[in-house]
Amino acid sequence: MTEYGDRYLVGSQREQVSRFRVWVLFLIPLAAILFQVYVPRFFDFLGYLELPLLVTIYFALMRRSQIWGLFTGAVIGLAQDSLSIKQPLGMYGIVKTLVGYFAASVGLRIDVEHSIIRFLLAFFFYFFHQFLYWVLARGLLRRQLPFEIKLTLMLGLLNAIVGVTLFYFLDKLREEA
Amino acid sequence: MDTLLNRNRGIRNITVLLLVIFGQLVLIAVQVRNDQDVRMVRIWSVTAITPLARVLETARDGTAGLFRNYILMHDAREDNRRLQAEVDHLKMENQFLKTELSTADRAKALVAFQQQTQSKTIAARVIAAGAGVTSKVVFVDRGSGSGVEKGMAVVTPDGIVGKVIAAYPTASEVMLVTDPEFAAGVISQKNGVVGTLKGQGQSNCRVDYVPAQEKVDRGEMFYTSGDDRIFPKGFPAGVVRAVNAGMPYQEILLTPTGLAHGLEAVLIVLEGVHQAIPEAPPANAPVYLGKGPASGGEASPPAGSPGTDADKLVEKYKQIGAAENHTFGVGLPGSKPPDFNIKLPAPGAPAAQPAPAHDAAPIKPPGTPKPADGAKTGAVAPPARRAGEPQNPQPQQQ
Repeated sequence: MTEYGDRYLVGSQREQVSRFRVWVLFLIPLAAILFQVYVPRFFDFLGYLELPLLVTIYFALMRRSQIWGLFTGAVIGLAQDSLSIKQPLGMYGIVKTLVGYFAASVGLRIDVEHSIIRFLLAFFFYFFHQFLYWVLARGLLRRQLPFEIKLTLMLGLLNAIVGVTLFYFLDKLREEA
Repeated sequence: MDTLLNRNRGIRNITVLLLVIFGQLVLIAVQVRNDQDVRMVRIWSVTAITPLARVLETARDGTAGLFRNYILMHDAREDNRRLQAEVDHLKMENQFLKTELSTADRAKALVAFQQQTQSKTIAARVIAAGAGVTSKVVFVDRGSGSGVEKGMAVVTPDGIVGKVIAAYPTASEVMLVTDPEFAAGVISQKNGVVGTLKGQGQSNCRVDYVPAQEKVDRGEMFYTSGDDRIFPKGFPAGVVRAVNAGMPYQEILLTPTGLAHGLEAVLIVLEGVHQAIPEAPPANAPVYLGKGPASGGEASPPAGSPGTDADKLVEKYKQIGAAENHTFGVGLPGSKPPDFNIKLPAPGAPAAQPAPAHDAAPIKPPGTPKPADGAKTGAVAPPARRAGEPQNPQPQQQ
């Protein structure tokens, strides 16, 4: 994966490929999933945070590998599905696979170290994630779910703010080149 | 080089992405059931397959239909050709059977007529037509070997056909009524108007020597009068098609009934017997021929029915011979002939009259019985009829 990223990138972007320790790659997504399924039981408002999505976006952006990004999204999404009640396996998996793929594609082309870029990307991918899930739920499961744009945009802002903060702390877990 | 490498990587990444998404779609499909408890994988499979199957079925059906229609069209062309040939064959067969039936009908009518009529006849078939544009002559397959002689009448159940103008050993030549040289004595059915039937070389004939004051209607039948000594009295001659006034004679066109239904089989009258003129014209049926007008010992015309002019003349000569005790045919050449100018005192006896003016010469046909034969055969000389006389002389039973 690293070799792929090194060959694919050119110029200064070659130096921007982030590396993480293995435990980080396992524990951070797991923690994000556990947070989403466990913490809202005590704090309902925290249920609006999509930490698994933010983690997916971060690793995809930082690794700058489409393969890595789509597998990361698939694994996190399937895990999230497996822990969701009456949620068929694959719904979040598909959505987060696409998010990881596109996030990695974006990370290959632009500098994602800047906070504003991260904020915009987190906001965009949250909206994209919710919209794609709504489409899949309607198309594949025939579920007539509501899609409230304003609420989605507001939650996107919230998650983008949380995401920028989360990304800042996750940057601390990167290995030094 | 880098561009090609990057393109291959992009394709590989998209392929992996699609595979992962596809795997998860299958995962969802296996788990999820719809409202009718059917797994989504089955629904998706059916939904994905059925359009393809429909397309394939449509293509297959279209292709098969195309081939089927082509084959059917090919077969239809073959069938059409075969059926057309069959129709043609059946048409020919139908026409042949119609002809056979018509021939059989005519032959049957001919036999019935032959049995019905009192005249002695012999059936003959027309075997050839005579040469010449205007000549209306045919050849029949009966000749002198069968007893046919020149001057005999030729008839069919529908009417007179013509007369024999030459008899050969195995065939005879018959002049048809439409020949320009043909002539026969005729009499109308309603008013007993006497005239002479003449051919014109066309399909119609004309009746000459009918005075302008005589009444002849269109559609009226003319029958043979027997005056010509060729055709026995009472045979249908034709139907009046047109009557044009003229002076001193009317112009009457006649359609001969004897030729109305073609000419295949005819009857040659070997010995003619006069018949009564029927009351009503025949209606597309064989002509009913009644009994002969008179028969009896001396074959003399009954009182009030003097017969033809020739008969009257013969009768007068007989009476003269009887009055002068002269036997005709026994005197030697140079012997004194009887006085034909004496007046016969017998009342009611027909007076000598001038010869008829029409062309029907009193030719004695070979079949016409002599007075002596009349008693044997029942054939008698027909009584002369004139306009105004009773239409049908009383026939005598034989």
